[in-house]
Amino acid sequence: MTLFKKHETTIAPPSTKKEIPAGLWLKCKGCDAVLYRTKLEENLQVCPQCGHHYPMTAGERIALLTDADSFKEIDADLVSVDALKFADGKTYPEKLASSRKKSGLKDAAVTGTATLDNKAYALGVMDFRFLGASMGSVVGEKITRLTELATAKKLPLVIVTASGGARMYEGMLSLMQMAKTSAALARHNEKGLPYIVIMTHPTTAGVMASFATLGDVHLAEPGALIGFAGPRVIKQTTQAILPPGFQTSEFCLEKGIVDRIIPRSDLRRELSLFLDYFAGAVK
Amino acid sequence: MPVILEFEKSIYELEEKINQLREFSRTNKVDMAQSVVELEARIEETKKRVFSSLTPFQRVQLARHPDRPFPRDYINRLFTDFIELHGDRRFSDDHAIIGGFAKFDGKPVMVIGSQKGRNLKENVKCHFGCANPEGYRKALRLMKMADKAGVPVVSLIDTPGAYPGIGGEERHVAEAIAVNLLEMFNLRVPVVCIVTGEGGSGGALGIGVGNRVMIMENAYYSVITPEGCAAILWRDPAATPQAAASLRLTSSDLLKLKVVDGIIPEPLGGAHRDIEAAAKQLGEILRQQIDELSKLSPEKLREQRYDRFRAIGVFSEEKPAGAKAAKSAKAKKK
Ligand SMILES: [Zn+2]
Repeated sequence: MTLFKKHETTIAPPSTKKEIPAGLWLKCKGCDAVLYRTKLEENLQVCPQCGHHYPMTAGERIALLTDADSFKEIDADLVSVDALKFADGKTYPEKLASSRKKSGLKDAAVTGTATLDNKAYALGVMDFRFLGASMGSVVGEKITRLTELATAKKLPLVIVTASGGARMYEGMLSLMQMAKTSAALARHNEKGLPYIVIMTHPTTAGVMASFATLGDVHLAEPGALIGFAGPRVIKQTTQAILPPGFQTSEFCLEKGIVDRIIPRSDLRRELSLFLDYFAGAVK
Repeated sequence: MPVILEFEKSIYELEEKINQLREFSRTNKVDMAQSVVELEARIEETKKRVFSSLTPFQRVQLARHPDRPFPRDYINRLFTDFIELHGDRRFSDDHAIIGGFAKFDGKPVMVIGSQKGRNLKENVKCHFGCANPEGYRKALRLMKMADKAGVPVVSLIDTPGAYPGIGGEERHVAEAIAVNLLEMFNLRVPVVCIVTGEGGSGGALGIGVGNRVMIMENAYYSVITPEGCAAILWRDPAATPQAAASLRLTSSDLLKLKVVDGIIPEPLGGAHRDIEAAAKQLGEILRQQIDELSKLSPEKLREQRYDRFRAIGVFSEEKPAGAKAAKSAKAKKK
């Protein structure tokens, strides 16, 4: 899809790398079909055969959900530090460096303001390529600042979530970001401003138990893993046999955890509609 | 029979010796007073030596000690007229979190506490202190009741974490915790949280948003268990002590990180060796905190709670020009 190429320069820094094997083609995880990478990119990283949703980069996601050149990134210069001197004091800086190189991002969240069909809103996007989109001080601070900005400017807030868990290298500083982001959302909510969450694969743990599940509207991409505790931990603790499809978007829809499952091809249109419906809240 | 941890053995051995000596002295009518005094001094010295050089993982073991006082033990000693309230009004009454009105120094408070069991039967009932969504929802219901009544909330935390189960996921434990985090910021009454034993990640934080967050000397508070961290990052259970050290989960580390506002000292040998003394220490600190916070207006309380958590995090803000301005957001001095 040309949309991406055109706007990649508007987010910093650009990246074309994907969470899929290198080379010109790959075998689809969903249906075993052979997919050309260019075809997959053109189709929003969704398999044209089976509809399997591959992860999007923050850049691709922003391009999908905003008007051309409208995204203005904020707090682009926040970077994580090894505050705990975790283990040998080498591991975390090394992981950060390799994630930066791999993703072209400074941390796992990109935040800013944008318009969609000329409607202004605040947008935060998490990128799984960066240390599994784990939440450390930087992710927490960026989401909090974005929320505070949305509150101050009376903007709807949209966050595209993904997270494999806590940023263990930051210990309790990581856990406390759950409280910090929730505090900012309390104030945003108190002003009567709308908050829309788009959950992508995987949205789990601390992110799930804070800002990912405090929205007015919860949308999920098909087939995403969405839950609090890891399935392996649940299995080990309870010795239970997990039901088929446990903790998927579809499971969450059935249990009343999400409002809708939206295929990526409809996401832009639906988000625009939601911003219309909430227009009265931001007057 | 008390449970004796590896590093407690030398202390218990000396205590056993002193008991034998006393017994010998009594049965044989021999004056052993001098030896007893000497041995007592040795015990004191050994305790000091052992407890001044505890590793982080040894502290985790103390925090998990089966004989450690649980929140209910503190409630029984420090509060009067405790009226327990039950249920989340939606699904069930979760025994992993208890709560109700009580009087502290004769003044009303709402006290919430994690609940661990002393035996298997109790632990089956309370899931070893791991709450389901209903526990968090009950806690919030009671906290909102405190808000209505205008009485301070005291939250005593001692949990390995939220209960990881199919039912918990179905009934959306993540939402239960998240809503508590958000709503606790809205409370207009003083909220004092005290980690008395285990501060197990999101399960602890779910009742842990306070104007003050205190921790007992040998308690721990961690984003993940050292075992879990060792399994994920080291892929080796033997790395558990190393993980415990790396996570900075002890009371003194957390004070440095400004995650907690103060440490409640424990009697030498740990809270489980002298529950009365431990309760007294906790009571004194709690009194101090409630007195201080009671001077603040409802709006000021909300603001202070926001600012307290808003400031947590350490990062750097690189300037695009290349000028590196280190910024470390830290909790403000009260
Ligand atoms: Zn496919």
